[in-house]
Amino acid sequence: MLGKSQKAAHLAEEITDYTVIQGRSLWQDARMRFVRNKAAMASIFILGLIVLFTIIGPFFAVWNNEEIDWNVMGDVRGMGMPSVESGHFFGVDDLGRDLYSRVIQATTTSLLVGLIGAATALIVGTCYGIAAGYIGGRTDSAMMRFVDILLAIPATLIIILLLVVAGRSFFMLFIALGAVGWLTMARIVRGQTLTLKNREFIEAARAAGVSEFTIMYRHILPNLLGVVIVYASLLVPEMILTESFISFLGLGISEPYTSLGRLIAEGAGTMAYGTLWQLLFPLTFYVAIIITMFFIGDGLRDALDPKDR
Amino acid sequence: MNKIIRTSLAGLLSSTIITGAAIAAGTHPETGEALADDQTFTYRILDEHSSVDPQVVEDVTGAEIVRDLFEGLMNQDEDGNLVPGAATGFTVNDSKDVYTFTLRDEAKWSNGDPVTAGDFVYAWKRAVNPELSSPYAWFMELMSIENAASIIAGEKPVDELGVKAIDDKTLEVRLSAPLPYFPQMTTHSTTFPAPQKVIEEFGDSWTKPENIVSNGAYVLTEHLPQERSVRERNEMYWDNDNTIIDKVVALVINDENVALTRYMAGELDRTEIPAGQYPRLNQEHPEEALSFPRLCNYYYTFNVSDSGPEAFKDPNVRQALSLAVDRAIITEKVKAGGEPQAFTFVPEATAGFAVPAVEMASMSQAERDELAKELLAEAGYGPDNPLSFEMVYNTDEAHKKIAVAVSQMWKQKLGVQVELANMEWKVFLEERGNQNFDLARGAWCGDYNEASTFLDLLQSDSGYNDGKYNNTRVDELLAEAKTSNDPAPLYTEVERIIAQETPVIPIYHYAGVYMMDSDVGNWPVNNVEQNWYSKNLYKLAE
Amino acid sequence: MLAYSLRRLLVAIPTILLLIVACFFLMHVAPGGPFTSERALPPQVLANIEARYGLDQPLWKQLWDYLYNIVVHFDFGPSFKFKDRDVNDIIAQGFPISLTYGSLSFLLATAVGVSLGIAAAIKHNSWIDYIAVGLGIAAQALPNFIMGPILILTFTLWLGWLPGGGWNGGQWQYLIMPVIALATSYMGSIARITRSSMLEVLNSNFIRTARAKGLPTRTVIWRHALKPTLLPVVSYLGPVFVYVLTGSVFVDIYFSTGGLGQAYVGSALSRDYAVLLGVTILYGALTVVVNLLTDLAYAWFDPKIRY
Repeated sequence: MLGKSQKAAHLAEEITDYTVIQGRSLWQDARMRFVRNKAAMASIFILGLIVLFTIIGPFFAVWNNEEIDWNVMGDVRGMGMPSVESGHFFGVDDLGRDLYSRVIQATTTSLLVGLIGAATALIVGTCYGIAAGYIGGRTDSAMMRFVDILLAIPATLIIILLLVVAGRSFFMLFIALGAVGWLTMARIVRGQTLTLKNREFIEAARAAGVSEFTIMYRHILPNLLGVVIVYASLLVPEMILTESFISFLGLGISEPYTSLGRLIAEGAGTMAYGTLWQLLFPLTFYVAIIITMFFIGDGLRDALDPKDR
Repeated sequence: MNKIIRTSLAGLLSSTIITGAAIAAGTHPETGEALADDQTFTYRILDEHSSVDPQVVEDVTGAEIVRDLFEGLMNQDEDGNLVPGAATGFTVNDSKDVYTFTLRDEAKWSNGDPVTAGDFVYAWKRAVNPELSSPYAWFMELMSIENAASIIAGEKPVDELGVKAIDDKTLEVRLSAPLPYFPQMTTHSTTFPAPQKVIEEFGDSWTKPENIVSNGAYVLTEHLPQERSVRERNEMYWDNDNTIIDKVVALVINDENVALTRYMAGELDRTEIPAGQYPRLNQEHPEEALSFPRLCNYYYTFNVSDSGPEAFKDPNVRQALSLAVDRAIITEKVKAGGEPQAFTFVPEATAGFAVPAVEMASMSQAERDELAKELLAEAGYGPDNPLSFEMVYNTDEAHKKIAVAVSQMWKQKLGVQVELANMEWKVFLEERGNQNFDLARGAWCGDYNEASTFLDLLQSDSGYNDGKYNNTRVDELLAEAKTSNDPAPLYTEVERIIAQETPVIPIYHYAGVYMMDSDVGNWPVNNVEQNWYSKNLYKLAE
Repeated sequence: MLAYSLRRLLVAIPTILLLIVACFFLMHVAPGGPFTSERALPPQVLANIEARYGLDQPLWKQLWDYLYNIVVHFDFGPSFKFKDRDVNDIIAQGFPISLTYGSLSFLLATAVGVSLGIAAAIKHNSWIDYIAVGLGIAAQALPNFIMGPILILTFTLWLGWLPGGGWNGGQWQYLIMPVIALATSYMGSIARITRSSMLEVLNSNFIRTARAKGLPTRTVIWRHALKPTLLPVVSYLGPVFVYVLTGSVFVDIYFSTGGLGQAYVGSALSRDYAVLLGVTILYGALTVVVNLLTDLAYAWFDPKIRY
């Protein structure tokens, strides 16, 4: 969903009449409003810069992300600081590997993990939550008890099992992230659906003979989107951090590849040892991503609010 | 819970008042150094201990606590030599399979009961009793005590164990075969006495601070799981007058960096130095940063079983990979804690072990790299047919650094394609134990100070031979060494074979790398097993 | 309402049973057992240990014995790793600790988060809004594993004001850092959700009507806007509440609090089956109760929802 809206924003610049998203007036309106939101557009721009950096950054790298600078290794504090001369623009990590290349690679990974992970949780959680809340009754009870059980099973166990059953791969990482991420989303969406379905306009729609599915899709979903999108934008940083735990258990990304969550965790561990750049560079990128997510989420919320015309 | 703490605090207050009188002089009786008023030693432990029951404990941190609480027949001194403990000494018969220990008359339990030979008999039978199912029952088997193996297997009743109390102060032990290092093994916690009355009264909860009775220099007074455990002076201990430290506090701190911060803030007297930080700390606090050799090795093991890669069945390939590992970089730049480089499986620090002249050790790294390239080319691997495999290690910052560095050495020097895989500990053990790997990390710390504790791991049916290395000559030599009067040449021979066939890549031998407050006196840096006793330490006046 | 609650609590029993069964089998499928060790234990020794803990029995029998002991003796079994203690001991010792710092940090995070969020929404696009947003982002940008070391470095090493860890019966000096570290990780999210929810509500027809009637802003907000605003916040807080009550593994690791969070993750990693199951049951029971409370809260916040 988020990926799509990004695309929508890019397309917005070209101002074409027919868009990917069905060209319904509701969405067109939303796009217009989103484009007018300065903070959101600035965030899109910054996020674009970050993406651009991960694409063209490697061309300027002197070292790749796994090469160890044997000369610097062993005296990282004295010789590994950021410097243009040595080619280590962001300094080196604890082993003497170039942090510039590693941050680029980590940012790519974490952006993918954050966006795809959050999107998976968003789609699954929203569908599940709407269905449970709208249908109600026994179905609702059963569906929510199922969520209760899943919420209570330790994620560690599920992730370890996934690792064993399916083996290590990038794809499994998304499955694992999605598996642990959608539950809270489903609860939130269901809660919102419960209030919405008693509102007058839904009753009106029902009285007019609109089919149940259309009510869910046309009337409930758009009214939910505000909260849902805000929560999804909160999920992005959460996913980025969860990934580092999943990798700790051995599923997901393995050395020499890395992610922002892990670079930050490594940097945080050694922050008292005079190598603060190991924390600051990855943290800067992480914070930049969080901030842009915040404003994009906010902008989308405003833009998609069906009441706000 | 609160009540317990309060009562133990009351106990603590009364005991400090009494001991305060005992060492009023405030100087060390032998060295004459001025002692601090507060004789509390506080140290960091990585994780909660498994138990303080001597027959049940299975981890190092637990064993450290148990060594303070209980006293076995023999102790070790600061250099690791055998000195009398609860026994004043022992005699051995001519065929070297019956040992007779004489117990100290004045030795008492913390409740005032005398320590008798019966307490040891009870404890040793307890250790092999299938009902208790001690995870260290195999240690009694390793000690070759008569019938131990068949009792563990449930084939004989527990009473047939080869230990007997001749009288209250004489203990007789019969071995199934002579074992030269048997007396050394009586310093291990599994062999410590156990208070029968207390265990029978309280059952499994006898180790709780309010119930426990012990015969060592300290008693357990407080235990807050995952936070701290406190042991304090045992007034009944036979050598209480010469004990200086009043109180020992073990704090559980999982994160080594946080532990170091808390050490710097003065909350700890001892903590481990994280990998790579020793040079800096040694520069900034030369009198506090310590490094000394320990009895542990660190290596990578090839999977040479059927499930292993075809390439590793060729000794040349294994040799080439071992040669190309620049151990100096690992020990000086990655670990940087003063660890010795390893070219043999057994650490040099091991007692009675002469490091054999291994060819690789005398070459320069450039020569090694050259030879490695030749060997690999000979084996048929080169740029158009690169060797590729996966190396696995369990998730840990230091293991990761070593794996990354080693894989880069191979990649850059030999063009080998290595895939790194970290695994959660239990998954790692399971995969390694089932030979589901190409190359896996391994490490071992000696259970006793003798080369066989390491070399046994390469015996074909050893429980830790995960690479399934199988050499009948090695098995023969090791079997012979068990009963030999002079096993050293046999061990040298085994090492020579290992160096040739390279079933493992030894990387370095451990060093104890600590930050130790400079007012802690007499830390046994020469005890390579790091069997330390709080009763031998003291705190100097600042 | 009462009938509904009773019904929910009755449903909780099969729910928790299902949870136990699912968790039990997942646990046994996971590779490595509690006694998988660095050096494989000799088969005889291993057999003795497994016999002692009943692990040599068929799985269904183990499950049955486990459930039987819980129901009849309220005994959740022994710990395989910490042999001096059983599961009842571990929970009795760890849960009060987690409960203390968890609920305090929950109160702190909710109070600060909700106020920030409301203030930000009311003064949309003013400096209050920017500060609230900034604080929210800052709280999110400093995950536990940065907060932990930063707090200890600052308050223990540099300032020397607070002890660097431990619990000590929950004295306030020992509580401050765990509570702050845990609270910051949720505060930002709570503020964020509150803010956007409030903005949404302020835009809705009934608030406009209320405003159009000429009611003072304060009345409009407290009387009309607050309840619907808090609805999604409550949905979010439910799972968070359960999570903080059972403790945070990060807090336990960095501050050596001895809480249940570490015991939980630790038991999963060391395959300490009984501990893992015991804490899972506690966790499950709390989840059921808290979810029921959130659902009841929905009805209170929105009278139109009926059960």
